[in-house]
Amino acid sequence: MTSQSSTPSSLTSKLRRLDLGGAVVGLRFLGATAGFVLGEGEIVLVDAEETRVEAHKGAVLSVAGDDRRLLTGGDDGRVVATTADGAMQALFEQKGRWIDQVAAGADGTVAFSAGKTAHFLPVKGERKSHDFPSTVGGLAFAPKGTRLAVAHYGGVSLWFPNAQAKPEFLEWKGSHRGVLWSPDMRFVVTTMQEAALHGWRLADGGHMRMSGYPSRVTSMAFTAGGKFLATSGSSEAILWPFASKEGPMGKQPSMLAPRDVRVSSVAAHPRDEVVACGYEDGLVLMVRISDGAEILLRAPDGAPVTALAWRGDGGALGIGTESGAAGLIAF
Amino acid sequence: MPEAASSKIPVTVLTGYLGAGKTTLLNRILSEPHGKKFAVVVNEFGEIGIDNDLVVGADEEVFEMNNGCICCTVRGDLIRIIDGLLRRKNDFDGIIIETTGLADPAPVAQTFFVDETVGAKTALDAVVTVADAKWLKDRLKDAPEAKSQIAFADVILLNKTDLVTETELKDVEMRIRAINPFARIHHTQRSEIAIDKVLGQGAFDLDRITAIDPDFLEGGHRHFHDEDMRSYSFATDKPLDPDKFFPWIQELTQREGANILRSKGILAFKDDADRFVFQGVHMILDGDHQRPWRADEAKVSRIVFIGRQLDAAALEKGFLSCVA
Repeated sequence: MTSQSSTPSSLTSKLRRLDLGGAVVGLRFLGATAGFVLGEGEIVLVDAEETRVEAHKGAVLSVAGDDRRLLTGGDDGRVVATTADGAMQALFEQKGRWIDQVAAGADGTVAFSAGKTAHFLPVKGERKSHDFPSTVGGLAFAPKGTRLAVAHYGGVSLWFPNAQAKPEFLEWKGSHRGVLWSPDMRFVVTTMQEAALHGWRLADGGHMRMSGYPSRVTSMAFTAGGKFLATSGSSEAILWPFASKEGPMGKQPSMLAPRDVRVSSVAAHPRDEVVACGYEDGLVLMVRISDGAEILLRAPDGAPVTALAWRGDGGALGIGTESGAAGLIAF
Repeated sequence: MPEAASSKIPVTVLTGYLGAGKTTLLNRILSEPHGKKFAVVVNEFGEIGIDNDLVVGADEEVFEMNNGCICCTVRGDLIRIIDGLLRRKNDFDGIIIETTGLADPAPVAQTFFVDETVGAKTALDAVVTVADAKWLKDRLKDAPEAKSQIAFADVILLNKTDLVTETELKDVEMRIRAINPFARIHHTQRSEIAIDKVLGQGAFDLDRITAIDPDFLEGGHRHFHDEDMRSYSFATDKPLDPDKFFPWIQELTQREGANILRSKGILAFKDDADRFVFQGVHMILDGDHQRPWRADEAKVSRIVFIGRQLDAAALEKGFLSCVA
């Protein structure tokens, strides 16, 4: 573990402050426009101006998207796609159900789940559905091709919605919530109800247990090129090494940006080996992985950082918090 | 009286065997002119006749936690639902969870102690069990769930009292008392009850553990000696040694936790001016110093266990061996 560095250099003067008036539950860049998703159904699109649209009548339960569309699932039973100009399209609606998870695939495909049922929406053609053994806790498209990792109680199912075959099941006892593919598609990793991650090496089904966190991991991201998996849940950013084909087993994780407050959100720079870390007190740092050098981006204000996202070109970072205080910083 | 804990959203769990009157009670709570709004979690989606804006269907998914403790089960669906409800934080003042007649209340209760997010934003207020005065006795014989629901309760509505005689009512109340002498029992017809006897009970709030006064009806204890689900209460006026008590209670709940449904205690430790209170659900214990003992108060340590197949003699011996 590295010792806490002296006062880091600061870019807080470049932060554009936004007061969004509600807890931010998700954030993505649509080109140059930052889309902040608020827990109570609104989306605030920020470029030179702020545009506010009501995507859901009720709570937003999950957020995904690509660089063109923001996908949200709500407790109003709707899956909504919102573009940078504020245009909204309801892709699905089932009254009385909650849309727990949404995921964006390559070429505009969409997946979502309500309870135990996962649905796949191709750009053209019929919606495909599959019932899993228990409620879907996480949903993620493989980086290439039409294959979904579906996390649920007892493990992860790998589902080819266009094939008739039964999904391949990766078993591990416990409740799996978030799920992520490594960019090279060699690994699938889940966040668990316990304070741990679990991973599978797809080539041989090898297990990877990543534990030691003081609290549940709610945010994770692969760094540029997939060399590290950066995670929240501890009082430093924990980065598991994924560069070798064995994955992180038998290796120590890197621990960056240690503080006396827990990391609540992480986001990996799309090109450089840099991660943004948001903490439970609202502070945000940018950290270089190679030497742990830190730059302060946002001073603490007491509200946990709930969302971080880099612009596609890596030239800007968006920050959202539980209090609705948010920010944009361009480099 | 706002307290630090009152910023958490209170959660009431309604249990009761099929047909006892849970849904009637739920509708009464919702329709009273109390000016409060509730989010209601029901066990099956589309359940008819619940008149409320915010009704959510639960899937009754019971999960084991990977912490090596077999009785440490939680309701995964509730974690998800409460996470979702918390995003509409201004829309309601409390959460009411109606379980199925066959549900074990323990995983529901444990969810509020095991999940960090849920525990930080909500607080379990009480387990309220609706029991059918006419049929409860039979259910206690043939349905283990009915027994757990009585054993687990903080408040019991002994409902449909108009369908039984005075003698039958006394008899069924004695059977309840043999299992759970601590719950507040209310006699009701058509689940009619003042809302303040059901909500705002603070049964899991350490600050509100005032006294442990078992209400053993005369003869009840002896009469139903063969009950496998029972409660035991032990007391001593000699101060306890914390270095003996904590290892004992931890070892006991680790070993016997599957059989101990609820536990509660008010303790006087040696050289300690404060009352120490604790409460537990199976293996999960929560305890703290509460307030100084008052001068007019007898410094008696009292502990209670509700459970099945407990060895009373061993429990008593263990407890008394904690005397300083």
